[in-house]
Amino acid sequence: MIEVKNISKAFDGPVLKNVSTILETGKTNLIIGQSGSGKTVLMKSIVGIHKVDSGEIHYDGRDITKMKRKDRNHFRREMGMLFQGSALFDSLTVLENVMFPLEMFSYDSPKVRHERAVFCLERVNLGDALDLYPSEISGGMQKRAAIARAIVLNPKYLFCDEPNSGLDPITSLLIDRLIQEITHEFNITTIINTHDMNSVMEIGENIVFINKGEKAWQGTKEQIFDTDCEPLNNFVFASNLYKELRVAHKMFLEGEAKKLIK
Amino acid sequence: MNMNAIEKVGSYAVLMKRTFGLPDRWRMFFRQFLDEIQKQGLDSLAITIIISVFIGAVITIQMVLNTSNPLLPDYATGLAVRDTLLLEFSSSILCLILAGKVGSSISSEIGTMRITEQIDALDIMGVNSANYLIFPKITAFMTIIPCLVIASMFFGILGGYSMAYFTDIITIHEYVYGIQFMFVPFYITYSVIKGIVFAFIIASIAAYYGYTVKGGSLEVGKASTDAVVNSSVIILLFNVMLTKLLLS
Repeated sequence: MIEVKNISKAFDGPVLKNVSTILETGKTNLIIGQSGSGKTVLMKSIVGIHKVDSGEIHYDGRDITKMKRKDRNHFRREMGMLFQGSALFDSLTVLENVMFPLEMFSYDSPKVRHERAVFCLERVNLGDALDLYPSEISGGMQKRAAIARAIVLNPKYLFCDEPNSGLDPITSLLIDRLIQEITHEFNITTIINTHDMNSVMEIGENIVFINKGEKAWQGTKEQIFDTDCEPLNNFVFASNLYKELRVAHKMFLEGEAKKLIK
Repeated sequence: MNMNAIEKVGSYAVLMKRTFGLPDRWRMFFRQFLDEIQKQGLDSLAITIIISVFIGAVITIQMVLNTSNPLLPDYATGLAVRDTLLLEFSSSILCLILAGKVGSSISSEIGTMRITEQIDALDIMGVNSANYLIFPKITAFMTIIPCLVIASMFFGILGGYSMAYFTDIITIHEYVYGIQFMFVPFYITYSVIKGIVFAFIIASIAAYYGYTVKGGSLEVGKASTDAVVNSSVIILLFNVMLTKLLLS
């Protein structure tokens, strides 16, 4: 579990204002919000890329904001991160990219390391792209390779920054489902940054809504249709599809209520 | 926000402090190191040879044309070519040229890694990204630069020799005599020392500009230009200081 307590961060102006939340273990925790709302800064602050101005971030009781650089570097080996642009190393093949964390930190034999990397690549259905370079594969394959690299050291925490950006709806769905499967399979605390409502409805188990640098709402995807939070309603129901879904949801609830009354 | 010079020096020092530490994995370091020797050293050899041969040849022609005085012996041409190459060209001028080639390459490579979040990815993995990326580049360039400096000396003198061989502006005998006349071996050491210092300046400043770039591809290009300009100016400054220190 990751507990964020009252964190604030400013660059030229304030970006995060006193944000507190709990991100649960074994669940896909989604941080949602409009572009520029501060969700990427929140994620980068949680992982420690940005140093927060105030507040605490506890990973299963360990406060990362108080750790020394060396300890934090060591601790980060328990984290995996999928970046918006995949961030694969251009000069390495897909297999070498996934092998990289193992080469740096694993004391296993070369054979075991190789087997582990191939296992992770096969888990994300990239078993036939081992020797290709990132520039030779599609955006969706790059994301899958980045997921394989992120999970190769068996992380406790997996961070995904807009995993669907630049992907078609079908590939997006595949990536979302893959992340959720991995989360449950390895009991990882997964945190996903997204503004894609399809992802929210598909895999959102614990949703945190950020608006103008503040946490405006937190709940499950089922609760999202019943909230009074206006910025969230504006965000969710910007799409006609979700407006209709909300109407359907209300009609369903009314029908259920009538049944109960009868 | 523009950082002033003092802030830049400070953040450069902080980055260098992070850079110079023991690598997480020596195996990975040596792999990177050898790769950088190839990229910065061996890939620069051809341009070093071409420039040195032609500059050696031109200095020879210029010396013959501008020192046609009965009071000056003919072998003075060879002596002047040798000392020009050993004292200045093969260290300072060569490093100014390499600041353009190697410096911009380092800066743009690291800068691109920065804007595509590859450096963030290293940090998240718990890798000391400054140490992993910059340390092998600096050490490799400092290791290979003496070879480039000595190759430049050799091929520069060979360029002058080719003028004596293919034209009749000076005899081979006079040229070779001049090359050997009053030879001071310390000049080679002096040149190599300068080369090593300049290699550190080129690689570290280029890495600093690349590592701290913010924005997109436009900023990477600007960082690359800034790296070359600033490292060139600092090379010239250190050239004066080292000459005063080592030859006075």
